[in-house]
Amino acid sequence: MSIENLKTYDPFAEADDDSGQTKQTQEYIHIRIQQRNGRKTLTTVQGIPSKFDHKKILKVVKKEFACNGTIISDTESKGMGEVIQLQGDQRLKIKEFLTNKDAGLGLDEKTIKVHGF
Amino acid sequence: MSSEEPSAQRRTSRKSVAFTDEKLVVDADGTVTIMASEDDQHKDTAMSHTSPTTAPVTESADADGLDLSLLKKKKKKAKKEEDADAADDDAAAAADGEEGAIDLSMKKKKKKKAVKEEDDFAKKLEALKLEGKEGDEVATAAAAAPVEDEQSGDMDKGTGIWQHDETKGITYDPLLSRFFALLAQKNPDHASSGTRSYKIPPPQCLREGNKKTIFANIAEICKRMKRTDEHVTSYLFAELGTSGSVDGARRLVIKGRFQQKQIENVLRTYIIEYVTCKTCRSPNTELSKGENRLYFITCNSCGSRRSVQAIKTGFSAQVGKRRKMQQG
Ligand SMILES: [Zn+2]
Repeated sequence: MSIENLKTYDPFAEADDDSGQTKQTQEYIHIRIQQRNGRKTLTTVQGIPSKFDHKKILKVVKKEFACNGTIISDTESKGMGEVIQLQGDQRLKIKEFLTNKDAGLGLDEKTIKVHGF
Repeated sequence: MSSEEPSAQRRTSRKSVAFTDEKLVVDADGTVTIMASEDDQHKDTAMSHTSPTTAPVTESADADGLDLSLLKKKKKKAKKEEDADAADDDAAAAADGEEGAIDLSMKKKKKKKAVKEEDDFAKKLEALKLEGKEGDEVATAAAAAPVEDEQSGDMDKGTGIWQHDETKGITYDPLLSRFFALLAQKNPDHASSGTRSYKIPPPQCLREGNKKTIFANIAEICKRMKRTDEHVTSYLFAELGTSGSVDGARRLVIKGRFQQKQIENVLRTYIIEYVTCKTCRSPNTELSKGENRLYFITCNSCGSRRSVQAIKTGFSAQVGKRRKMQQG
C-alpha cells in the first residue's frame, strides 16, 4: 500500500464488481452459450481485442477443441464486433485459452465474463 | 452443479447464496439439508430452561424425575466413579472427544437437528448419557478430577456447563459463542448471521414438450427478491441465450431445455449482480431507475446505493432455419 496507489485510484469512479477496477462494458469479453436443437449448443465469444487475429485464433481453437467454428463479421453481428462462434459448449476451454499465458492469449481473467448456466 | 459450472471464479463468488423454502435448503456448494424452522421452537437452548417450553430431553436432565435416561445415567456414573481415578486421563480424553463431537459449528448442529424426530431423540439420549455422566462427575467429584476446568456440554440440550443448576462459572469464550449461536438462531434472516445465506425458494422447472421449459414459480421468487418479473426474465433470457414467453398462470415458458440447477445458477448470478448489497451483503434492496437511464440498487439495510448495468443480450447467434435462409 504505497501512496502512489492512491493517486491512480479515482474514488469517484464507479466500482466494478469486486475488483474495484473501473472498466467499460465494451472491454469485456463475453463468452455465451446458446442451445440449438436437441442437445447441441453453440458457444459465442464476443469482444476479443482486435489486436489479435481472430482467424488465427479460430484456427488454433478449432484444432485444439476438435470442434468446428466460424467468425461472425461485424456487419453480421449487427455492430457487436467480430464474434467467434464455436460448436458445442466450449466455454471453459475457451476461457482457459484466453487466459493462458503460454498456450493462449494471456488475457486478464477479470475481463472475461462467462454467461449462461 | 459442479461439473457444469462455467468457471471457478464464479463459483466462489456465489457462495453466499442459498436456495430454500421453509424446509429444503440447497447450499451454494450443492449440499441439501432440511431446515428445522418450526422445530427450533421446542429445541431451545440453555437460556430458556426456566421457561415452561423446555424440551422433554432437557427436562429429564434437570429434574430428578424417574426418567429412563436418568437411570441409565446414574448407572453409568456409578461405573464411572469406580474407575475414575484409574482412567482419569482416559476420561479427559473421552470428554475432549465428546466436546469436539458436540461443540462443532452451528451448521453441524443445524444438521443434527434436521434428523428425524425419533432418531434425534435417540441420539440425544445417548449424548445425554455420556454428557450427563461427565457433567455429574464435574459437579460431584470435582475435587479429584482434573477435568474440572473443562467447559463442556451442549447448550442446545442444556448439559454440562449449560445445566440449569450448574454453579460453576462459565468462561467468556463459551458464553460468547453461545451469544452468537443464539443470535443466529433467533434471527435467521439477520444479514450478519453465521450462515450469511440468503434464502429463496428453489426454482420449479417443468418440461413442456421437448423443447420448452416452464419456470413455474418465477413470480414467487421475484416477489421474494423484490424485483419485477420482467427484469428477472430478461436477465434469464440474456444469460441463457434464448427467449420465451409468459403463460396465463404467470409462469415463464423458456425456449430450450434447461434443468433446475441451470436456472438456479443463473438466479444466483442474478442475485449477486442485481439483488445483494455490495456493501453489507444484505438482500434487502430495491432496484430503481435513476437519472440518465441508469439503474440503481438502494440498500434498505445500510442505505448504500450503487449503479448496476442494464441487462444486455449481447451477440446472439441465429439458430435454426432462419439462419440458413439468411445466408442462402
Ligand atoms: Zn447494504
